[in-house]
Amino acid sequence: MTAHDPRQAARPNAPTTTYRYDAYDTAFVRERVAEFRQQVARRLEGAMTEDEFRPFRLMNGLYLQLHAYMLRVAIPYGTLTARQMRRLADIADKWDKGYGHFTTRQNLQYNWPKLVDVPDILEALADVEMHAIQTSGNCIRNVTADHFAGVAVDEIEDPRPTAEFLRQWSSLHAEFSFLPRKFKIAVSGAAHDRAAIKAHDIGLRIHRDDKGEPGYEVFVGGGLGRSPFIGKTVREFLPREDLLAYLEAILRVYNRFGRRDNKYKARIKILVHETGIEEIKAQIEAEFAAMDRSPFKHDEEEFARIAGFFAPPPYETLPSESAALEDAKRANAAFRAFAEVNVHEHKTPGYAIVTVSLKPIGGVPGDATSAQMRMLADASEKFGFGELRVSHEQNIILPHVKKDDLFALWQMLDAAGLATANAGLLTDIISCPGLDYCALATARSIPIAQAISRRFSDPERQRLIGKLGIKISGCINACGHHHIGAIGILGLEKKGQESYQITLGGDPSLSAAIGELLGPGVTADQVPDVIEHIVDFYLAERQGDERFIDTWRRLGHARFKDVLRREGEDGADI
Amino acid sequence: MALISDGKFVENDWRHLADEEDLPKAGKIIVSRKRLDEALAALAADMPLGVIVANTTDPADLAPHFSRLALIAVAFPAFADGRGFSLARLLRRAGFTGELRASGRIVADQSVHARQCGFDTIEIPADLAARQDEAQWRAAFGAYSEFYQQGYGARSSILERRRKATS
Amino acid sequence: MTQLKNPQILFASDLRDGEVLFLGASGWARDHRQASVARDSVEAAALEARGKADVAANRVVDVYLADVAIGAGGAPEPLHYREKMRIKGPSVRRDLGKQAQLAQAGEPR
Repeated sequence: MTAHDPRQAARPNAPTTTYRYDAYDTAFVRERVAEFRQQVARRLEGAMTEDEFRPFRLMNGLYLQLHAYMLRVAIPYGTLTARQMRRLADIADKWDKGYGHFTTRQNLQYNWPKLVDVPDILEALADVEMHAIQTSGNCIRNVTADHFAGVAVDEIEDPRPTAEFLRQWSSLHAEFSFLPRKFKIAVSGAAHDRAAIKAHDIGLRIHRDDKGEPGYEVFVGGGLGRSPFIGKTVREFLPREDLLAYLEAILRVYNRFGRRDNKYKARIKILVHETGIEEIKAQIEAEFAAMDRSPFKHDEEEFARIAGFFAPPPYETLPSESAALEDAKRANAAFRAFAEVNVHEHKTPGYAIVTVSLKPIGGVPGDATSAQMRMLADASEKFGFGELRVSHEQNIILPHVKKDDLFALWQMLDAAGLATANAGLLTDIISCPGLDYCALATARSIPIAQAISRRFSDPERQRLIGKLGIKISGCINACGHHHIGAIGILGLEKKGQESYQITLGGDPSLSAAIGELLGPGVTADQVPDVIEHIVDFYLAERQGDERFIDTWRRLGHARFKDVLRREGEDGADI
Repeated sequence: MALISDGKFVENDWRHLADEEDLPKAGKIIVSRKRLDEALAALAADMPLGVIVANTTDPADLAPHFSRLALIAVAFPAFADGRGFSLARLLRRAGFTGELRASGRIVADQSVHARQCGFDTIEIPADLAARQDEAQWRAAFGAYSEFYQQGYGARSSILERRRKATS
Repeated sequence: MTQLKNPQILFASDLRDGEVLFLGASGWARDHRQASVARDSVEAAALEARGKADVAANRVVDVYLADVAIGAGGAPEPLHYREKMRIKGPSVRRDLGKQAQLAQAGEPR
C-alpha cells in the first residue's frame, strides 16, 4: 500500500514535507502581485517608461525575448508539491501554449505570456504559494539547493531550511535590490555537491564542527558567463547564527564596490578577481565586525521554525531490498535499464530516489507539456507523498519512492513518454533555450542537443560510455553552464553563421573546474561528429572504471586536441 | 525639484546652492561636497546646512561634520544604481541623526527601499515628478505591510513578529 | 541622403503581448511581408522616427532597423539568422509562433 495520509490530503499543499506559508508570507506575495498589477497599468498608460519599468518587470521574472515575453517562475530550492505542479500545468494551458521549460536554476519558464496577463498569472501562482519574485534583475535570485535534499545517503544536513531562510531574507531586500548585477546563491548539505555551489556568487557548504554544530563553508566569487570563475573560500566555518549577518556583509561590500561601468565586469567574481581574495575577505570581515548584529540574535529560532517544515514524511518501515523490484527487473529489460540508470540510493531502507528524465531522445531538453506535468503530479501523490524536485540538470526528481512501487511508477512514466533511462548519461544533455527563444543568444542550442541525442540514442552505447555531462549554451552568458560540463558547447556567431566552440574538462562538483577549449568553432553539422571522435578516443583509452572526466584528467587536454587534428575533414582542424 | 515625504509631495524649504553662487547669510542651503569645508568655515553655526554627496562617498569623510549638518542628500544618478541605499545605512550606523534625503533619479517603487534604508525624504527632478503623481507615490509607499529583513526600517520585521506571536 | 548597403525594415515588439511587429505603411503589422522597406538613409530615418514615436506612445518597445534582401515575391527577407528566426518562431517547435499562424492560414513558408 502506498503511504498517502488521507487526513493530510485534505489540507491544501498536503503533505507537509516542505515550507508552508504563514499569514505574513501570504500577505507578502499578494502585496507583490498588487504592486506589479499597478506597475503594469502605469507602464501601459506611460506613467513609467520602459527604462523605469524594466528593473521591476525583471524583479517579477518577466523578460522580453525573441518572439514573446518569457516569465520565469521561482521554484525555491527546486521543491514543488503536486498541487503546485498542477497549477503550473493550468497556467501553461490558460495563458501560454501548453508547456513549460525547467531551467538550470531549478525554475520554470513560460515562453509565451502576454504582459497584460502576467498579473493574473502571478495571482494564480500566489494561490498555491508560488511567485516569480526576483527570478531576474540585479538582485538576489532563486536560492538553489541539492535536488536530493533530505533523502541523499551522503547528506550531512538538509540544505533546504537554509535555502528557505535565505529566500525570505533576500525577498524585497531594501538595500540589495539594485546591485551591480545578478546575485546567485546555492546551498549544499552533503559530502558530494550536486548544486554546483562553486559556480555561484555565494556557495554554502553545510558541515559540522568538532562539537557537531552545523555551520557553513562560504565560497564567494564563482560564476560562469563571459569570464568564468570558481568560487573561493572566505570562511571555512561560519556558525549558523552568523549566516544572515555575514551574507549582509558580503552583499554590502559588493553593492558598494562592484563595478557598474561595464555589464560584463559587474559580477562579484570580477570584484574578487580584481581586488584579490585576501583583500575582499578583509573587507567582508571588517564590515561584519562593524555591523550591529543584535537584530540577528534570535535567528536560530526562526531557522528552527523553518526547519520543522522539512521533517521527513511518514516513511514505512521496510526491508532495504525489495523482492518485487528484483522480480520486475528480471522480467522486463527496459525497466531494468531504468532501474539501473535513473534510480538512486535513498537514506531510508526500502525507498529510492527517481530521476524522471526530461531529455527524451531528440526532444527539447527540460521541456514538459501540461499533460506531463499533471501526470508527474499524480505520480508524486501515488508514489511519493506529493513532493517533486526540479534539478538544475533540468530533470524532475521523485524523492520518496518505495522500491516496491518502482515498477508501477515506471509503467506510468513510460505511458507518458517520460521513462527515458538516461539520467547522467550522454543524452541527458543540459541546454539553455538558445536562439530558438532567447533574445540574448548568439546561436541555437536545442537543435545541437537534439542532434547529439539522436546520434547517441542507442541505450547500450550510452551505458558503455557511462556518466558524461554535456552542457550547451547559446551565448556567452552561459545559462547552459557549458563551462562546467565535462563536454561543453558554446554557440557563437562567426562570419554570419552559427558556430560552436567545444570545451572539455569542466566539473560542477566540489572539484570544480572550467573546461578548456578544444579548437576553433565548428558548424552545427560537425558537432555530433566531433563528440563522437572525442567519445571514441575516451573509450579506447580509458582504464578501469574511469569516467570521461577522469580519463581526460589523466591523459591531458593536448591528447584530445590531437584527436581532432587527426580527424579533421578536408584537412581542416575541427 | 519635487520633494516627497511619507508618500506625499511636500514643500521643499531646502535649496541647492549652485557651486558658482555666493554663500547666503540665511536660509536652508544644500552645498556640494566640494564647498562643504568653505560653508562650514563661513556660515554661522546655527544656520541650517545640508550637503549633497555622491553615492560612492566614504561615510568617514562626513562623520566629523554630523553634528553641524541638518541634512545629507545622497545623489542617485540612475534608478538601477543602488549604492545610495548602502550609503544611507552606513551613515545611520556612523551616527547621523539628521534628515537623510535621496536625491535624483528614483521611481516611486523605490520609496520602500529608501525608507527601509533610513532615508527620510526623496527629491526628484521635474520630468520624473510629471509622470509620477502623488497617487503613485502614496500607493508605492504603502505597498507592503511587513518586511523580512531585520534591522531595517522602523517597524519590526516579520521574523520578530513571528517570535513575539509564539512567545 | 545616402544609399543603404542593404534595404531595411523596422522591427519592434508589441508592449502588451510581446509579439514581433514590423512597421508597414498603415501601421504595425505582424507579418513581415507587410513591412515598409527603406532603401536610402532618409527612408530609414523616417521609419525609425515613426517607430520611436510609438515607443514614446507606449505602443511598442525595442525598435531597430534590420537588413533585408527582396525575395522572389517582393517580400523583404532578413539577412541575419537572428531576424530570420524572429519572422518565423522557434525552429524546434514549428507548430508555434508566426510560422504556425501562416501555416494555418494556408500560406506557403
